[in-house]
Amino acid sequence: MANTYTLIEAKTLTTTTASVTFSTIPATYTDLLLKISSRNNDIYNEIHFRFNGNTGNNYSGINVYGNGSSAISSSSSSISSLQNLTVQSVSTQTASTFGNVELYIPNYTSSNNKSISADGVQENNATSAQAMLGAGLWAQTNAITSIEAFPSIGSFVQYSTFYLYGISNS
Amino acid sequence: MPTKLIINCETGEQTEVELTAEEVAQREADAKAYEADKKAKEAEAAAKAEAKAELLDKLGITAEEAALLLS
Repeated sequence: MANTYTLIEAKTLTTTTASVTFSTIPATYTDLLLKISSRNNDIYNEIHFRFNGNTGNNYSGINVYGNGSSAISSSSSSISSLQNLTVQSVSTQTASTFGNVELYIPNYTSSNNKSISADGVQENNATSAQAMLGAGLWAQTNAITSIEAFPSIGSFVQYSTFYLYGISNS
Repeated sequence: MPTKLIINCETGEQTEVELTAEEVAQREADAKAYEADKKAKEAEAAAKAEAKAELLDKLGITAEEAALLLS
């Protein structure tokens, strides 16, 4: 069980940005935790993730999703980025609201495939807002040295924040 | 041109650069694949909902009554 959290890097966007990449991630921790507060300048709610710049069809994911009136589950396999795991706020929602997202990557330096858990919620001053809980897989055995986050379509708006933590189990 | 931000976790250096033509093409391919996947999932959900409605109609019960039977 993790007992230390170390902030590796943090960033608040000063302008609209299509993607954010944490590169040269040190291999000195046990797990990684990426916390994002973000909003898309387009209508699409999902954030995609890629590790080590890998664009091959090596990702898969499952999720449960709810919006206050219905709940569904879906899955995707052999896709080119980790998706269907989280949601963020979008351009049609209340101005200046941001969604909250967490991506947890245990054993990111292991020589096995990497499993990922994630959750995301939207902020919206209306009757409908979405929440998603997801689990993903990156079917590659390399240690994770970079993480890229990007909206499915569109860009992260100014004031979106990205915090990457390293977690040690001793 | 859209930009990307790269944060070097070793040096702390933060670089904002324009996406290359190759990266823009990748984003466009990602977006197309995402939209196709989304449409397929929506079509699947719609077909399921339609089949469910037809079955309820055939049985002559409401969704609430079906839920009660399964509780």
